[in-house]
Formats: sequence, structure tokens, C-alpha cells
Amino acid sequence: MRRADVLIVGGGGAGCSAALFLARRGVRVIVLERGLVGSQATGVNYGGVRQQGRHPAGIPLAIKSRALWSRLPELIGTDAEFDPCGHLKLARSEADEAELVRWNRIAAEYGLVTRMIGRNAIRDEHPYFGEAVVAGSLLAEDGAANPRLLSPALARAAREAGAEIREHHSVTAAAHDGAEFVVQANGTTFAAPWLLNCAGYWGGKLAETFNEAVPIAPLHPNMLVTEPLPYFLRHSLGVVGGGLYLRQIARGNVIFGGGRGSGEQEATRTRPSADASLASMEAAVALIPRLAGAMVIRSWSGTDGTFADGFPVLGPSRTTPGLIHAFGFCGEGFQLAPGVGQVLSELVMDGRTDVPLEAFDIGRFALQDAAGTASPA
Amino acid sequence: MRVVVVGAGPAGVRAVEQLVRSGIEPVWIEEAPDGGGRIYQRPPAGFRRNHRAIYGADAKRARALHAALEALKPRADWRPDTLVWNIRPRERLLDTQTAGRRRATVEYDALILCTGAMDRILPIPGWTLPGVTTLGGAQIALKAQGVGIGARPVFIGTGPLLVLAALQYAKAGATPALVLDTTAFATKAMASAGLLWNLPTFVRGLRYTAALRLRGVPVVEDATPIAIEGEGRATALRWRDAGWREHVTPCDAVAMGWGLKPEAQLADLAGVPFRFDELGHNWIPEKDGAGRTPVPGVYLAGDGAGIGGAEVAELAGARAALALLEDHGLPSDMVLRAHLDGRLRTEARFRAALERAFPYPADLARRMDDATLLCRCEAITAGDLRSAARAGGSEVNRAKALSRIGMGRCQGRVCGPPAAEVLSEALGLPLEQVGRLRGQPPVKPIPLPGSA
Repeated sequence: MRRADVLIVGGGGAGCSAALFLARRGVRVIVLERGLVGSQATGVNYGGVRQQGRHPAGIPLAIKSRALWSRLPELIGTDAEFDPCGHLKLARSEADEAELVRWNRIAAEYGLVTRMIGRNAIRDEHPYFGEAVVAGSLLAEDGAANPRLLSPALARAAREAGAEIREHHSVTAAAHDGAEFVVQANGTTFAAPWLLNCAGYWGGKLAETFNEAVPIAPLHPNMLVTEPLPYFLRHSLGVVGGGLYLRQIARGNVIFGGGRGSGEQEATRTRPSADASLASMEAAVALIPRLAGAMVIRSWSGTDGTFADGFPVLGPSRTTPGLIHAFGFCGEGFQLAPGVGQVLSELVMDGRTDVPLEAFDIGRFALQDAAGTASPA
Repeated sequence: MRVVVVGAGPAGVRAVEQLVRSGIEPVWIEEAPDGGGRIYQRPPAGFRRNHRAIYGADAKRARALHAALEALKPRADWRPDTLVWNIRPRERLLDTQTAGRRRATVEYDALILCTGAMDRILPIPGWTLPGVTTLGGAQIALKAQGVGIGARPVFIGTGPLLVLAALQYAKAGATPALVLDTTAFATKAMASAGLLWNLPTFVRGLRYTAALRLRGVPVVEDATPIAIEGEGRATALRWRDAGWREHVTPCDAVAMGWGLKPEAQLADLAGVPFRFDELGHNWIPEKDGAGRTPVPGVYLAGDGAGIGGAEVAELAGARAALALLEDHGLPSDMVLRAHLDGRLRTEARFRAALERAFPYPADLARRMDDATLLCRCEAITAGDLRSAARAGGSEVNRAKALSRIGMGRCQGRVCGPPAAEVLSEALGLPLEQVGRLRGQPPVKPIPLPGSA
């Protein structure tokens, strides 16, 4: 049997980050990852490091995480290609514009600085936008990073800080024996007084093991990338209402996504959807006509977990003391990963954290059930 | 029943022939503007060179295949200039693009993939200089366009194509400056017993070499290419002979190739499992002797299913079509089936000997200098890949994520095999264990809509 202070199931961004922050505080940590670290949600997403547009309940956590993004070189020895290029959210109608203004007012209460760019200014500053674009809002300190690099770098740093990262360790059983958690993975038994559920979409299954079933659904992003084009697009782009996100990296490739791929074999095998890809390609050209004719060289998907209310499950279990959940980030987890790891380390070590987590409580589903508002089975 | 055949090379033509014989009118998709495959690629309309001039000793086969192709086009739903860029196996649907733009979906109940092969290369310093191409590329320039890659080209590599391409250039009026074979004569001689399974092909190889030497073209064996040199374009090859002496051979173009690798991305997207073929040093999609894959309704034939050459492709194309007919309870020619099975077995023995005779120079790939550009699309060096190996790139897909190798326009079709060798050496793992790059749509680049 392998003993530790904290067992973490899932080597994505949240799990690896938690391992790093815990190990730095001298805690014995073991991460159990089914495949390779960062293979799913944290590794395959768009790479947005975005505070803009988030629900107010999630803004403090996003701000906490954003501070860590600036410290990545010091924390993990690489910036994971983080580029604070700004996130520009585009309005295609007056209603959209009003929505941007509304959110900016909320964001200001949290100290986030945004800049509205009106109809004339957006033409002057960004002449490449199509006719549909009428305004935009820039959150300059937002940006983007390379999702493929984050989790492996977090894992490497965690390992250097003393954490044990076990790849190819698929959890086959997990229980609390009254004294501690006992987890089976890859033929080995692991035990610890703390268990962190950072298992993404599959975190739902682990929660169920501890009698906390949640209405989680798989989410398969549909991502594409073009060949390198002359660099022209400074900001990472989104649109009000969602459906398309697009950025150009310094080496010239345009990365964009929208719609959904598909999954099979319990969401472990995913593939992009041709229909979603073609729709995104149309939408990209509508937004930026000069992209017409650019060659798409690759598309991909992966698996995240999502809930109907758009919030992750993040916080202590309601059934099992010592179990803390952090999964189902609804496609918004990449930016949060460093912050979530820090929050988890604080919950374990200090019993508290400085950002509100109420909205993310796993108990919310039980309350919904009681009130009869959950979706029909 | 909706049958789709992808590819109109030797395998595709013979597959369609058998389907048509049984009353099926397949949808027949070809990526190039016309059929014939790479080996029997036809010049564009309006070119007036005869088969003998273009295809040499293969003229008879080329003429027969082209005749079959023309006879079959009206009896199929013929769609040239059409790329299958994605497969949706659950819906049994192909995503296609015609003439670089027009998109469509094609439904199928059964699918025969005859997707062919491409040159396998070995990056050496200077391999991305203008003037450097593949052996296959050099041949196609000559066959399809009637132009050469240079007047004094150097040919580097190994395999039957090496001397053949050089001789074709010599006959076309070029003066090959050097033919550099990385394989030792002894290696080829050792395998010669096996090569006797296909005596005409074996003899042909020897004859070509003799013909080249007769024309004064230096043919060196067991030699090592060191670098292609030149400012702005290839002007010389630096190489080392079997006795470790260095030479510099001036030239104006370089063609290189070490055998072929299957173009199996569509089989991958169709969900066909792959296995590592020790002999061919390639990952190949799984199929039985008749071309059936573990995926119901999906059949494979020709070099795309494992390298066998044009003759085998014709046999395998017909055989896969017969398997398809048989599996769907349709009448198929049992006598032909037995004949094809016999021929394919014999050819498989010849192929095994051929692979032993002309091995991929894995050691050269594995010892590649750190500074050598390995992935030309993303400008990744062998050293970059070795760093990725040290940083946790425990198999090719993770190494790709960390280093960008194989992430560019060719999606690793060019750099994949040598990259796997470098990674295998860096990790101290058998080649098989570093895996293969997963196929991702689009199989080849597709444009965003609208006019650029």
C-alpha cells in the first residue's frame, strides 16, 4: 500500500496545480492519472486565459487565477506560452452591445478594467472585422496560452516539489474505510486522509461512488487551426452569445473553435465533428472576411464535463469529510486551473480560502432535487 | 448497396472493375484530376508523349490500366479532383471537397480505400533547400509534366525506385551526378534468394544499375549522405563512402527516398486499428489477406494498406472487391479469387525479401544531429524533439504536443517516421512503443470558405 497525505484523482490542470501547491507546503501528494497528464479538458481546449464574460459568482476565482498566470515562470519554470494579448468580445447587435456594457459594469465592481470600443473606433482599430461587428469590449489583461504545455509543466514542477505523479493509473475503486480513503489504481492500493476529485467529466462517477450523483454531461470542444498566416490579429476574440472563439498566435496560425465534437467509449475517445468544423469555418470568415481561403490543417476534440447551470463543482463533499471536489468546469476551466489548485491546497491546509465557492457547491443539485426543479430523469 | 471506392490507382481501378462486373455502380473518388495513381500518373490533357517514353518497361501495364480506367469511368459515379478529407464511421459518411472548394458528403454501405503511398524520407542538413525533392516527386515531374528536377541531379536513398528514377532521368537526357544507395550490396545480395520469388523485378533492378554504370553514372552503395549544400538552392551533396572517406559531388538538384510509407489516414479515421510491421518498419492498418478490416464495411487495398507495389496493388484491389461482394452475398468470381490468393501469397514473400534488401536507414535517423531540421512545417529540429523527450514526451503524440513536431501542414506525413526513430532512440524504447501520430481531420488542408 502506498500512503500519502493527499490523493488526487485526475492529472489535468486542477489536479496538477493542486499537487504543486500542496507539495510546496510540504504535503505528501500522489496524483493518479488514467492516461497522460493534461490529455483531456486542460490539454485540448482553445487556450483562453479569460476573465471577461464570466458569471459574477466566478469572477473572484478567475482573478485569483489570473494573478498566478503572471507568476508561472517563477512557479513552474515556463509561461506555457501565456500571452496577455487581451480578450476582445465582439457585439453584432445593439442588444449585444448593451450586454457588454452590462457586464463591464459588474466587472468594475471587482476591479476589472475594460474598455468599450464603439462602432467607429472598432473600424479604425480593427479594420479586418466584417460588417456584422458593431462594437467590442477589451479586457486587456486577459490573454491566451498553449493548453498542451500547462498540465505537463505543472506536473513537472509538482514532481520537483516532491509530489508523486502516476500516469497510466486508472482508478478502479475508491472508498472511505472510516479512517482514510483507500483507492485502487493500476493494481496498487493508495491511502490518504484527503482525496481530491479532479477527474473532469469522469469526476461525476467518482462523486457517485461517495453517494453524490451529479447531473454532469460530457462536453467535447470542436477546435481547428489554420496554416500560419501573416500576423495581424492582436487579441483573442469571442462573441456575445458564444459560438465562436478565435485567436492568432505569434507564429501565424489562427486557432478557432465552436460547436461540439463527439465522444465514445465513455467519452475517452473523441473526434471533431465535420458539421461543427464547417459551421465554425463559415462563422470565422463572417467575422473576419480576410480569412477566406486560409487552409485549415487540423481539427481536434477532447472531453470536459459540464452542468446545466454553467458552474463547476468545486468545494468539500457533502457526504464524506476529507473529500474535496473540483471537476466539471463547463469549458471554462483552463484559465482557472492554477487558481483552483491553489484553492484546493488552501482548503486542505487552512480549511478555508479567500474566494467565494457557494455557487459551486455540490449540494446545489440535492437542493434542486428537493425543490423539484432538476431536469426530468 | 452504396459502394464507394477511394482512389483510382492500380488498386482502385481493379477494385472497380470487379464491382462493375457484378453489376455495382460505385461512387469512385480520386484526389488527382485523373486516375492512374502515382506510378501510372498521366500527363495533363494535350500532352503528346507515348506510353513507352513515359513509363518505360512499365508501358504495357500502364496502357492496360489506363484502358481499364477509361472503360470503367462511365460505369461508375466518377468523381476526380476530389479529396476525402474526413470519415464519419458511425454515420458511414465521407466528407469530400472537389476542385479545392466544393464540399459534399457521400454515404456508403461499403468502402474500399485504395489511398496509395508516399515517399519515406530521411532529413539531412539542407534537405529543405530549393532543388531537393523526393524520388517519387522527381519521377512525377518527368512522367506527368515532362520536366526534370535538374540537369545534374543526385539521387539518394534505397530501394527499387532509386535506380529506376536515376535511369529514367538519364534516358530523358539528364546527367545524374551520383546515385547514392545507403544499403550495402551485401545486404541486397543476402536477400536475393527471397527476391527470386519475383525474378523479373529482381533482374530488372540489377539491369538498371548496370545500365546506369554503363552510362557513366556513379552508383555507390553502403554510403552515407552528410549534407546537401548550397546558398539558396542545392548545389552539392556532401557524402561519405563505405570506407569513411568524405566526398563532395556538385549537382543542381537532389531526389531522395527510402522506400514508401502507406497513406493510411483515412483508414485511421474510419476506425481501423493499426499494427507495427517490423519488416516494413511501418505502421499499417489491420486487414486480412483479402483486404477486410476489423471495421465492418471497410476494405483496404494497395500501398495504402501496406507497401506492396503496383502489381500487388492490382491484385489486392480486385481481391478486396471480391471480398466485399462475398460478404454482401453477391456473386463473385471464385476462380479468380483462388488465383489472386495464390499470387498475393507469392508476392508477399517477395515483398518480405525486398524489405530486407532495402532497409530504412534507421540508424542514420536515430543519430541525426541535434541541429538537423526534422519537421519542416513547424521548423522543429531533432534537438527540439530530444528536449521534448526529456520533458515527458513519452510517446509521439505527447512529444508532438510538447514540441509541435508533426503539427503543421503535412500533419507528420513527412517527418513522422524519422521523428519516431529519433524519439525511440532518445527514450531508449523500441520503435513500436513510441507509437504513431493519430490521424486528425482534415486529412489534407481544406480552405475556409469564400475567395481569398
